[in-house]
Amino acid sequence: MTRSTTWALAASAAAFALTLSACGGSAAAPGTDTTAGGDAAPSGPIRIGIKYDQPGLGLQEGTNFTGFDVEVATYVAGELGYPEDQIEFIQAPSPQRETMLEGDQVDLIFATYSITDTRKERISFAGPYFIAGQDLLVRADDTSITGPETLTGKRLCSVAGSTPAENVKKEHPDVELIEYDTYSLCVSALDSGAVDALTTDNVILAGYAAQPQWEGKFRVVGNPFSTERYGVGVPKGETERCEAVNAALEKMIEDGAWQTALDETVGRSGFEPDDRNPPSVDEDCA
Amino acid sequence: MERLMQMLSDYNVLAAFWTTIQLTVYGAIGALVLGTIVAVMRVSPVAVFSRAAALWTNVILYTPLTLIAFFFAFGVLIKMNIRLLPEPPATLLDQHFAMGVVAIAVYHSSLVAEALRSGINTVPLGQAEAARALGLGFGQSLREVILPQAFRGAIAPLGSTLIALCKNTTVVATISVTEAAALMKSMIEFYSDLIVPIFVIMVTGFVILTLPLGMFFTWWSKRAAVLR
Repeated sequence: MTRSTTWALAASAAAFALTLSACGGSAAAPGTDTTAGGDAAPSGPIRIGIKYDQPGLGLQEGTNFTGFDVEVATYVAGELGYPEDQIEFIQAPSPQRETMLEGDQVDLIFATYSITDTRKERISFAGPYFIAGQDLLVRADDTSITGPETLTGKRLCSVAGSTPAENVKKEHPDVELIEYDTYSLCVSALDSGAVDALTTDNVILAGYAAQPQWEGKFRVVGNPFSTERYGVGVPKGETERCEAVNAALEKMIEDGAWQTALDETVGRSGFEPDDRNPPSVDEDCA
Repeated sequence: MERLMQMLSDYNVLAAFWTTIQLTVYGAIGALVLGTIVAVMRVSPVAVFSRAAALWTNVILYTPLTLIAFFFAFGVLIKMNIRLLPEPPATLLDQHFAMGVVAIAVYHSSLVAEALRSGINTVPLGQAEAARALGLGFGQSLREVILPQAFRGAIAPLGSTLIALCKNTTVVATISVTEAAALMKSMIEFYSDLIVPIFVIMVTGFVILTLPLGMFFTWWSKRAAVLR
């Protein structure tokens, strides 16, 4: 092997390594520089799983995170003794949430995480901190759609493999369901007229409707037809921490911080939660 | 076990793999036709054709399939509102399926073209010269002398391309085509406790599709190879 090919090989290997580390960097970086000032907190930062791509709930904007889930997570972490600089946010995509808790990659998950019995077999839930319901998002000038029973002959969009999509498939098989891999694509298709409605939890729909580029273009129908209780994911068996989270959530609802957080995030689209909110924090941490 | 049976009655695994097979077959036919045209243009003496073919191959080859699928579903279908199938009877879902096939065909046409070009390069120059000496034109010598030998030499790489195409069909799950990968997503959402069996089912399905293909193409390429 000549000298120049050796160098070329080394260079390409280095480039490859750089690419790899760039991919992993977003999740790992924030935690590494907190060791110096960590004497106040109980051993290192708290790792919280959130959504990075859910406007109004959990959204990464540059190095900041915004949304209702983020606000609740920050408040709860504060009550557990972790100030803001001791929180490490980690992306928790829906299909990986249980696995991340089981594998000790995160301590808590606040990510529009519906409490279900199947999930409770693998993890524990604190909460609920919000009661959402499946609803429809339509173009602002469309008055023909008032609920799922008016969808016959219409085109409905949702995310492939999501609970709302499966509910529609089961209960309204005559509706043409288009399934993309993100809701933002559905919103774009709704805007261009290719689909007539978009379905998922009302609070998530409100988050999209509140985005600056869509302001005034869409409205949430306001006729929720399911109950999704958003809880905090806790690794199974950590009852003490789970109960502390419950206490923090109760305090947050009581002292008004919950309402403020809601108004400043998804509330900006004009969305008002139904009367099931604020919920009573009644999960037993089993 | 009971939950596994419950899941299998809730989700039609065979129907999803049938969609995968349809995507593979239609996509492969499209890729073969398109790729052959591109390969022929690539070796043609007309500079415009060969440069256009080289550009097509290089641009497509280095663009991720996800992006190509996205372009056809959102750029062409949703934004430009170009429909490939007559509507009705076709539904918007069928239009997505058609765009998925086009995306798969376009992406793999670059791989087919490269496989064929390598096949063409295995044909000794003397063959082309002999054809020319017999008075055959470019088209005739390509059709009668070069391509038949090139395809025989390209069977092995074409086989690998077909296997890759079969596995790559999973990408169109992102554009509302309910094939195997989309079904897997649904199953994981509702039966996350069965994640290992789901994984085993999917792997088995794809191995059943691809392993015989691989064995067949190995056998065929040995049988059809031009012995020199």
